[in-house]
Amino acid sequence: MATASNTDRVRRGGFHPIEAVTGAISDVGGAVVDWITALGDVILFALRTLAWLTTRLPRKETLLPSFYTIGVESLPVVALTGTFIGMVLAVQSYDTFRFLNLETRLGAVINLSLVRELGPVLAATMLAGRVGSAMAAELGTMRVTEQIDALTSMGANPIHYLVVPRFLGCLILIPMLTVMADFMGVVGGYFYSVIILGIDSHHYWDNSKKFVGNFDVFSGMAKSLAFGAAIALISCHRGFNSRPGAEGVGRAATTAFVYSFVVILILDLFLNIGINALYSTLWPEGGQQFI
Amino acid sequence: MRSQISDGSRYFESRELLCCELGDEEKLQDAFLSGLIEIMSKPSADSKAGPIVSVRDVHVNFGRNPVLRGINFEVPRGQTLVVVGESGCGKTVLLKSIIGLLTPNQGEVLFDGQTLNKLSDRELTRQRTRFGFVFQQAALFDSLTIGQNVAFPMKEHTDKSDKEIQETVLARLAEVGLPENVIYKKPAELSGGMRKRVGLARALVLNPELMLYDEPTTGLDPIMSDVINELILRTRSRYPVTSIVVTHDMHTVQRVADRVLMFYPTSRLKPSEPQIIYDGSPREMERSRDSRVTQFVRGEAGERLMEMQQLSEARSR
Repeated sequence: MATASNTDRVRRGGFHPIEAVTGAISDVGGAVVDWITALGDVILFALRTLAWLTTRLPRKETLLPSFYTIGVESLPVVALTGTFIGMVLAVQSYDTFRFLNLETRLGAVINLSLVRELGPVLAATMLAGRVGSAMAAELGTMRVTEQIDALTSMGANPIHYLVVPRFLGCLILIPMLTVMADFMGVVGGYFYSVIILGIDSHHYWDNSKKFVGNFDVFSGMAKSLAFGAAIALISCHRGFNSRPGAEGVGRAATTAFVYSFVVILILDLFLNIGINALYSTLWPEGGQQFI
Repeated sequence: MRSQISDGSRYFESRELLCCELGDEEKLQDAFLSGLIEIMSKPSADSKAGPIVSVRDVHVNFGRNPVLRGINFEVPRGQTLVVVGESGCGKTVLLKSIIGLLTPNQGEVLFDGQTLNKLSDRELTRQRTRFGFVFQQAALFDSLTIGQNVAFPMKEHTDKSDKEIQETVLARLAEVGLPENVIYKKPAELSGGMRKRVGLARALVLNPELMLYDEPTTGLDPIMSDVINELILRTRSRYPVTSIVVTHDMHTVQRVADRVLMFYPTSRLKPSEPQIIYDGSPREMERSRDSRVTQFVRGEAGERLMEMQQLSEARSR
């Protein structure tokens, strides 16, 4: 349609405002329809994965390799970024807190933001970049070289065989990666604040203990579960629907990361709203004591 | 006479029609006899009832482009059917609709009297073990070794011990002429011809009733192509199997086919013309009255070159 109207326009050599407006409306409509179709497709994909999850689990031989790539191989990079984000937090907030003579509160600020926010989001981002795009590229290559069709033709369900292990791997291992990011962030923050900036160690920990509760640590881990599920589903879906050729597989890998990252941030916002609401219903008198 | 060969009667009738068109009494008799001999020589053809595959008025569209348009045919048990046609005429799409990887936009494909797309997941999985599919690029799993690849269908669908599986795998690989030490290699370490043969061994491992070959000789040298043709023939003599081979290699057609279907791309057809432009024996193909068929057999570009010239002239104008 679009190309036809374009050639008409070229032939007649003029600009037609009515055509331009109707064309724009139909383009917007088309984009909305495409978007809703894609969303529905992802949701169906997720439901199918969940259905397989409840009927029959994959064999150990298919589970363990994907657990290894998702969990063990992601550990170093998650630990490294965690350490640095802890130190960066110390550097960024030190001046302000020193101005207020509240340096020892730095422990609370750093550790609270780590366990509530930065640990889970950082672990999820690293997982999306390291594992998500690799999964999309691998499954995309399998789609393009007919390996997914081969699985189906041999009576093996591709979702059960390829998606469920990756989904379980992300879901089970992301909380552990989050704990790793949290821990290394705490170590990094402590190292910079206490050893480099010379803040008193006792008060640093004392303030941390006062303001960081179990609820904060576990709500962060709970959030990460949602991130892990989103990463696995989005990346596998991108791979399964990869377009042919090297370009198609490359696009599947990059869109897997971009979509995962966007969804992580959107989920983060809504989960935080939900978690705060939960906190104030559980401890109505407590609220946020800090600052 | 005819009632005895009800199973293959459709095949026979198509030949009869073809010869009637030619109006040649002698040819009609020849075709009758050769058809009869072929049908009688295959005991499996009339021992079970009904065709193993029937394709009924199948339409498949990609976006707005029709790829298959009103395809109708049946494959009796034990027959080796070769589907030919130029690239893009929908041969691979046909294979994928037969195995249920694609759902036709209209019409249905029956396998042993049942529509695959209407079956439950569990039943569909069970039915799929009765198929063997040899993919164009072999489609071996990169992450598994050759041994694990060939063992894959058995691990999925049988409770056999590892030792039994290993024995079957080695036997199947030997049948396709591959040495034992190949089982520890990864697909990337093998040549194209070896990968194709592994693909064939994997497709055969569960003793399927229907073998589907997607361009089995494409991309192989002439010697390896002949090896693959020979393997298709041996498979048929060793197991009671029905085969559908999609190819554009006329050597394959001449060596393995009992019956040939020729498809034509819908983009080059008028709306009223049928998409199957030839249905008969490989020998009759060359003598077809349809110039599109004979040009394909001889590999002549004919009108296509004229079209190219017209296009370039139209552009330069």
